[in-house]
Amino acid sequence: MFGIPVAQMLLFGYIITTEVKDARIAILDHSKDETTRKIIDKLASSGYFIIAKYLSHEQEIADCFRQGTVKEVVVFEPDFARKLQNEKMASVHLIADASDANSANLVVNYTGAVINDFIAKENKSSAMPLQIITEPRMLYNPELKGVYMFVPGTMAMILVLICALLTSVSIVREKELGTMEVLLVSPLKPLQIVLGKVTPYIFLSFVNVITILLLSNFVFGLPVRGSITLLLAESFLFISLALSLGILISSSTSSQQMAMVASMLGLMLPSILLSGFIFPIDNMPGWIQWICYINPTTYFIVILKNIMLKGLGFMSVWKETAILAGITMFLLVVSTKKFKVRLD
Amino acid sequence: MMLPVIFVIPLIQLLILVNAANMEMKHIRICIVDNDLSSSSRLITGKFSNSKFFTVQGHTFSMEEAQRQIENGRADMVLHIPEGFERNMIRENKAKTQLLFNAINGTVAGISNAYAAQIIAGANREIIMEWYGNSETQAGAAAINIIPSFWYNPDMNYKIFMVPAILVLLVTLIGMMLATLNIVREKEMGNIEQINVTPIRKIHFITGKLLPFWIIALVMLAFGLLIGKLIYNIPMLGSLPLLFVVAGIYLLAMLGFGLMISNSAATQQQAMFVMFFFILIFIMMSGIFTPTDSMPNWAQTINYLNPVSYFMRIIRMILLKGSGFIDILRDFVILLCYSITVITLAVFRYRKVS
Repeated sequence: MFGIPVAQMLLFGYIITTEVKDARIAILDHSKDETTRKIIDKLASSGYFIIAKYLSHEQEIADCFRQGTVKEVVVFEPDFARKLQNEKMASVHLIADASDANSANLVVNYTGAVINDFIAKENKSSAMPLQIITEPRMLYNPELKGVYMFVPGTMAMILVLICALLTSVSIVREKELGTMEVLLVSPLKPLQIVLGKVTPYIFLSFVNVITILLLSNFVFGLPVRGSITLLLAESFLFISLALSLGILISSSTSSQQMAMVASMLGLMLPSILLSGFIFPIDNMPGWIQWICYINPTTYFIVILKNIMLKGLGFMSVWKETAILAGITMFLLVVSTKKFKVRLD
Repeated sequence: MMLPVIFVIPLIQLLILVNAANMEMKHIRICIVDNDLSSSSRLITGKFSNSKFFTVQGHTFSMEEAQRQIENGRADMVLHIPEGFERNMIRENKAKTQLLFNAINGTVAGISNAYAAQIIAGANREIIMEWYGNSETQAGAAAINIIPSFWYNPDMNYKIFMVPAILVLLVTLIGMMLATLNIVREKEMGNIEQINVTPIRKIHFITGKLLPFWIIALVMLAFGLLIGKLIYNIPMLGSLPLLFVVAGIYLLAMLGFGLMISNSAATQQQAMFVMFFFILIFIMMSGIFTPTDSMPNWAQTINYLNPVSYFMRIIRMILLKGSGFIDILRDFVILLCYSITVITLAVFRYRKVS
């Protein structure tokens, strides 16, 4: 249970990168002259690409793609250098395997950038007049590291997993094994039973939050720019929310399997996919955006990003906090109601 | 409980997840700070408002206000054109603009930067043309004409990439979950002793446990493919029988793996946790959302042990690119060895003693 968060942090930190690095490309050079060789060298030394193959025929392109060995084929037209010299214009054809549309787009953009950069350097002698210089500044994450995106999401996901899933399963387990009746006829109040079930998981989740923060700080160099107390308080709010969700699931299901399916499909996947963790919410169709706004994880991730990465204070997250608190109250009321019904 | 799980969940997931798992970038919200208000600066800002990629969120004259917009998440980036922009261009032959990005999502920031630079460069060319006329600019500089073409998916539809992936996710998740929870459930309920005292052989027991889930998962795959075809019109260029043969072999490996976990766990909770641990790693590393090539080398090496990554690659190759048996031969053989090993292990690991 401590292994999972650690393994996931490392996984997400290292594995989930969308940047182009070592993308395998092939070259089909009809011209084979000085200029094309220079461009190929530039592509190879850019760090973005590995030149996996040199082709000699158009037909080989389809084979390459079908075997999935390369992502893009760069085709230089015949007499490339001569055309560039005489006609001031030569063509290069970038054929991408767009079955993965995103990385195809990225790879083509990167290749284009490398080629444009090359030609700009060649043209340097005849400098352009009236240049506009753009100075981009990347706020919060100057090196554009992927971890910045994934730490908040991973944290939210692990909390949902541990709190909601484990609580629901551990309560349903008592039902399934028939020990719930024993607990119910004991002089303990339902609230006490639930509290007893839930407390260990609260501790566990807190330990996990701290582990994740330490890991992300020491392994990935991710700072906590805002107040740690506020961060922990918000985490506590989210933990109670996830726990009440777990209790709700457990009181509406009767078998462990059912509880697992419900929490996995109903909680896990949405918290990964419908929360802005990996995929930006703005890109989704309208009706799915609505689901995202019902999903409490969405708000928690916003809170985490604002506090951890942007270093903002409570004033920037009060709205999200209020929403989370509201959902928690609602879930608690509903689940205690349900729990009492079972007592009768 | 089983029937709805098999048919409703795939439907819902295909509807929601495929639409949600979209990394196309549109509508980057930009806040414009134009302190110059000259014809050149207007030309640039006009280009941004006309671009499909950017949505102009607002105009302001103060950088502080703009920065606050990024802070509270109302804007993704800020374009700042300082005062004296046009004057500098005339006097010094160059002028500066500044772009600020919310770079928490590094990929989005990087791509937005590339697009913004393109737009500004375009505006720059127009300004030059306006001032100098057409002929002079073309004279010195050579240009390379870059023609991109996108095979298999000219519309750049991200969904056809995601549908096969979501199908893999589904059959793996459901199939493995059912298998993992199975034997351990019998243990927990105390039924396992009754089975153990029967003369049933190990291999028969494992086969009997495996077969129903195997069929369920394959039916689900077929159903999911049908939905994918009907709703998203995903291409099916390759041979479907081949796909199902591969899927069958893959599922044997995954289900056998599930049974193995089930066998060694004491409670359902424990079994489930171990399964989650593996399945998350398997799926995240399989290249479901992000290309496996961009992972670090050690991760790519580990990936040779990941059955999901083979199937993820094969299903996309067969459906989207029409790859044939020869193209996938290597992955196919590895998967086959994998499942034989796993099933053998599952049979041997099963002990008729509790």
